[in-house]
Amino acid sequence: MNINATLFGQMIAFAFFVWFCMKYVWPPLTAALSERQKRIADGLEAADKAGKDLEQAQERVAEQLKEAKTQAAGIIDQANKRSTQIVEEAKNQGREEGQRMITGAQAEIEQEINRAKEQLREQVASIAIAGAEKILEASIDESAHAKITEKLAESL
Amino acid sequence: MAESAGEMAHEAVEHTQTQGEYIQHHLQFLTFGKDAEGHWGIAHGAEAVAEMGFWSFHVDMLGWSIGLGLIFVIMFRSAAKNATSGVPGGFQNFIEWVLEFVETSVKDTFHGTNALIAPLALTIFCWVMLMNTMDIVPVDLFPWIAQQVSGDPEIAFRVVPTTDPNITLGMSISIFLLIIFYSIKVKGVGGFLKELAFQPFGPKMLPFNLLIEVPTLLAKPVSLGLRLYGNLYAGELVFLLIALFGAFQLPVHFIWAAFHLLVIPLQAFIFMMLTIVYLSQACEDH
Repeated sequence: MNINATLFGQMIAFAFFVWFCMKYVWPPLTAALSERQKRIADGLEAADKAGKDLEQAQERVAEQLKEAKTQAAGIIDQANKRSTQIVEEAKNQGREEGQRMITGAQAEIEQEINRAKEQLREQVASIAIAGAEKILEASIDESAHAKITEKLAESL
Repeated sequence: MAESAGEMAHEAVEHTQTQGEYIQHHLQFLTFGKDAEGHWGIAHGAEAVAEMGFWSFHVDMLGWSIGLGLIFVIMFRSAAKNATSGVPGGFQNFIEWVLEFVETSVKDTFHGTNALIAPLALTIFCWVMLMNTMDIVPVDLFPWIAQQVSGDPEIAFRVVPTTDPNITLGMSISIFLLIIFYSIKVKGVGGFLKELAFQPFGPKMLPFNLLIEVPTLLAKPVSLGLRLYGNLYAGELVFLLIALFGAFQLPVHFIWAAFHLLVIPLQAFIFMMLTIVYLSQACEDH
């Protein structure tokens, strides 16, 4: 073991390196580390918050979905009711229309029959008169016997 | 690792050196100083070194020590320059891992605020670790390179700074000065002296207290420096002895190097932890 001035050289070098480390190495590294620590903490907090937000949003979505479903069910229900109603109404209308058409047709037929009867009566009357005329020939005064022929025609 | 170069040089050495001379040669420093005639220069041989006395320097040790210190400083400075709070890269991550390791060690032991102690601990840990790691380098590699470069076959050249007591004691004495400085700064001169004189048996037993406390204080730098020196010196000596085994040295070198991989960080860690403990004791006011 020979102790010599190397000792002082090492002491000076040691002092220099420690000073350099203290001044230019330690502060920036620890600053970066603590800043990163803060950023990570912030990030984790934000992630937590986002998770909670997501949960809330999911809850809201589920709620809205449920509401929409009930609404849709209501609408479908109403539509069903309305459709049966419409069908019913249409049926009724159809029935009524049919009834009306039937009654109209019956009235027309009645009229037609009446008219035919009238014509037939008139024709029969005129045939009767013509017949009577032929029978009586020109002897019969038309005006004098008009009442008789009319009565005859009416009774037909 | 240590094998091939050791074997190579060993064979070359066998013809010119005995085993004892081989080891002796490997334990000499490249010393720069003033010789007997008053000229500054590199010493040749152990006698020349002895003649130079105290005012000489181990150029190889100081060179490796400062070079490795510069590697530490440049590595960490480049990481510090590029340090962001964003996602760290691999290198950045490694540096931060080391830094956090040191920071936790300091925080666990040292209670209080001190801007010096954490950077000091980081410097000690990394620097001593780098210096210790030089022990893994083959024992004959750099001496052989030095011989080729200088052209002097007898040149002394060592590579593990922590096997030089000047280096380890230089650090531990610096720490001792810091212990004294902080003791006086925190407790005052009176408080510091009181701690030496009135503990642990009270003022009436003052001589006994001094007898216990002063050696305790002085033992701190000595034990700190010599522990590191002793461990690494022994490690290097064993590597040198293994290098004399001849053909069988390869597996033995491997086993010793693997074992030494544990010693290297452990000794760096112990040196750092003891520094923190001593300084926290110095800064504690009773």
